Amino acid sequence: MREALRRWLASLGGPPELPLTLDRRRIFVLPTAVGLVWGCALVAMLLTAINYSLSLGFALVFMLAGLGQVALLHTFRNLLALELDELPPQPVFAGQPARIVIALGNPESRPRAAIMLSMPGAPPVMVDIAPGERRTAELLLPTQRRGWLAPGRVRLETRYPLGLIRAWSYAQPRRRCLVWPSPEVRRPALPPADAGLVGDRAGGDGLDEFFGLRDHRAADSPRHVAWKAWARAPDAPLLTKQFEGRGGGELWLDFERLPADLAPEQRIARLTGWVLDADVAGLQYGLALPGQGLAPAAGPAQRDEALRRLALYGLPS
Amino acid sequence: MMQLLRPRATKDEALGRARVAWLMAVAACALAPHAEYLPPWLDAVALLLFIWRLAQWHLGWPGASRAVKILVVIACCAGVALSFGRLFGREPGVALLTLLLVLKLHELRSVRDGHTVVLLGYFMLLAAFLDSQEPAIAVLLFGSMVVITAALIALTGPPAAVGALLRRSAFMLLQATPFMLVLFVLFPRVPGPLWGLPVDAHGARSGLSDSMEPGSISQLSLSGEIAFRARFDGALPARRELYWRGPVLTDFDGRVWRQGASARQVGRALPGSLEGTRTAYEITLEPHGKPWLFALESVAALPADARITDDWQVVRRDVVRDRRRDRFESVTSARPGRDEWSGWLKAARQLPASGNPRARALAQSLRDQADSDAEVVAAALHLFRREPYVYTLTPPLLGSDAVDQFMFETRRGFCEHYAGAFVFLMRAAGVPARVVTGYLGGELNPVDNFIVVRQSEAHAWAEVWLAEEGWRRVDPTAAILPERVERGLAALPSSEPVPFAARLDAGWLRALRHRLDAANNAWNQWVLSYDQQKQRELLARMGMQQPDWQTLTAWMASLCAAFAIVLTLWALRRQRREDPLARAWRTFGKRMARTGLPREDWEGPLDYAARVARQRPELAGIADAAATLYAAARYGGADAATAARDIRTLTASLRRHRTRT
Repeated sequence: MREALRRWLASLGGPPELPLTLDRRRIFVLPTAVGLVWGCALVAMLLTAINYSLSLGFALVFMLAGLGQVALLHTFRNLLALELDELPPQPVFAGQPARIVIALGNPESRPRAAIMLSMPGAPPVMVDIAPGERRTAELLLPTQRRGWLAPGRVRLETRYPLGLIRAWSYAQPRRRCLVWPSPEVRRPALPPADAGLVGDRAGGDGLDEFFGLRDHRAADSPRHVAWKAWARAPDAPLLTKQFEGRGGGELWLDFERLPADLAPEQRIARLTGWVLDADVAGLQYGLALPGQGLAPAAGPAQRDEALRRLALYGLPS
Repeated sequence: MMQLLRPRATKDEALGRARVAWLMAVAACALAPHAEYLPPWLDAVALLLFIWRLAQWHLGWPGASRAVKILVVIACCAGVALSFGRLFGREPGVALLTLLLVLKLHELRSVRDGHTVVLLGYFMLLAAFLDSQEPAIAVLLFGSMVVITAALIALTGPPAAVGALLRRSAFMLLQATPFMLVLFVLFPRVPGPLWGLPVDAHGARSGLSDSMEPGSISQLSLSGEIAFRARFDGALPARRELYWRGPVLTDFDGRVWRQGASARQVGRALPGSLEGTRTAYEITLEPHGKPWLFALESVAALPADARITDDWQVVRRDVVRDRRRDRFESVTSARPGRDEWSGWLKAARQLPASGNPRARALAQSLRDQADSDAEVVAAALHLFRREPYVYTLTPPLLGSDAVDQFMFETRRGFCEHYAGAFVFLMRAAGVPARVVTGYLGGELNPVDNFIVVRQSEAHAWAEVWLAEEGWRRVDPTAAILPERVERGLAALPSSEPVPFAARLDAGWLRALRHRLDAANNAWNQWVLSYDQQKQRELLARMGMQQPDWQTLTAWMASLCAAFAIVLTLWALRRQRREDPLARAWRTFGKRMARTGLPREDWEGPLDYAARVARQRPELAGIADAAATLYAAARYGGADAATAARDIRTLTASLRRHRTRT
């Protein structure tokens, strides 16, 4: 019943899909708890005024009653004509909060104050918007599972200026946030470029070829440190030699070839970690998931595509 | 020293230092008007608690511990109970609320605590009206309302400048004013208290009492307070006719005159057949906490809730708690009571069995020399006129046998001495007589034509019953000092401590006082005593005859709705603010128009730049740069603020360009 009422309320003025401008049909107003206490206090004050025939007491009570009415309009006006939009959400790893960024534009020459944005599951944030200004508000939505995360309805609420009246409206973000799988924390090192696959997939002599230098990382094998370069300039940072698997030396991160006792989600986690390792190492790598393969490549685009496939693997799209 | 004065981080961080400051301002505004009326110890406690709180806020002093707060609460409640004798009722209630508000300042942890302070603040403003509703107080308290409302905004909104919050609050209250006016005029007024008022609902008030002894009226005469105001429908009666009848005192115990049984006998029919011209007038009576009303002698028509006693005094069932307005008619020349009941006449001859032998002997000799009661009266008045009696506000104190002492030794007295002595003489001579107290005269305010009667006009005179004419008014004071009747207390020699106001002579000071008084009266008439009756009057004037409360409510609702609609239209009005980029681009176009190349409305920025390049090649660089900036910011996602600034720079360079060519 309540849910139905809420759905009906939210459907007034059309679906609240972003981007939208808050017009009067989308804004709801009701007194707050403080407002109700205020009303009761006014009744008590009115009785006092009647009882003691206090003419100015009447004036005071009526002034406060009028103030309540004025507060209603001011609160309503604090949301009216706000322009809302969303920014494309950046993918995050499961476990990290997804950042749902709502842009709020104040096209009018009066400031907006104390507008609270909230979303089911996300802690609310408060924004003030100067006249003519555009601002963003970031809602941090916790994530647990990989895949698409559809943000819930954003609720915009304000009690400004008097706190007696609550005006609120809804906005529904349309864009989903991609949640990458969380990488396995203690994962084995990257598998070697697989010679066994050479014949099958590419052919070639399997010799690694020196390809360049990059900054040393603690995890790099000492065998790959460019000692000669260091000997020439001991003050310079250590460098690591990078080798490129040419031809048959390709690195394939293969779902099927992980140990059989790993559950599918654990495999995804390990592959995710490897994708990150390989990307950090600047290697070319391919990703093989059951029924799909991503040809070897390097760079951010490859990493994002690989993570995306891992995020969505096995999920209905 | 500077170190001391610099605010330090304190526990106020939870709510915000600015908010705490606002709440302290609320307490100051709400409590200051009460200081005058609270017991001094309570003022001191409240002030100390407030200063302590201020020191916590400003100097980072430590706050009160829980135990201390509880102790303070218990001690203060005990103090209130001790000084008022109880914990409930109006005055202890206000005292407790004062303490509550000031203690709440020591308990500010959340916004909710702040809201409590604000609501208490509003309530204390209302309570302040219990003590005084003068115009100046009203202005002050409505000013306080602006501060309290600003505090409410500060509690809800982001930190803002004090001025901005006060302006916002004043603006909102201004918008609320039409609602206040509509409700004030149309809200159905309920007469009287809803529940039994506590005994102290109305503090002690000065005015005539139901007894008189030497000194009681001269005491009252020192007060310049207003007793009532009167306005006559037609011409003003002569001043010597302005005897405003109050309590009639029949019983005498040798010293004190008191009301007799006839004063408690209510329900006498009005003498409808009083001969003479009727004078109609309206009296606005200040509340005096007694059941009687004042009217000119002799009253011929009464307000509906008033009755007349057997000694011709106008009374109500209830005491007069609020300022009230009544219409009366009187026939000033009439003498009622020709057919007075013998029981009352007997009471009017009663004297104590003994005492004042010399006065009794004098009365006997007057009786012996006279043929009729009327001659006794005339002889006694002659006596007062002949002997060197002095009319003074500061008569010597009298011991036992006060009448003898006054008549034969001191011979100095105020009206109550003369009236008392005269009535004593009459009774001793067998003439029915009694003391009448009330007011004599009044001052006409030429500004609003109200006659103002002050406590300093309190008077006592005598009434004797003569078989042929009934009760005749005899004013022995007039025999001593005839000017007293015509000029009031100003007739007294300048050495007498007459209230300043009663002596004011003509001149600007008097004119100013009249003006102030008229303004005060208008305030009383239209704001403070706006009651059911006044409401009916006003509505009748606006064409609503005898509206019932449903009609009033309907009108009230529709007018409020009308104001709400006006306000809503205001709220819905769009106040678009052109963004800086668009404004900069428009200014650029305007400046370019001066060079003879206005931008057409349909022209896109890049098209326009191309046209400029074709027609005015020397401006091509600037136009192209501006158009590119605008297009990049508007359509390409470049930063709008930077682009706007750059376009403004280009516009300025355009001016240089033009002056050069």
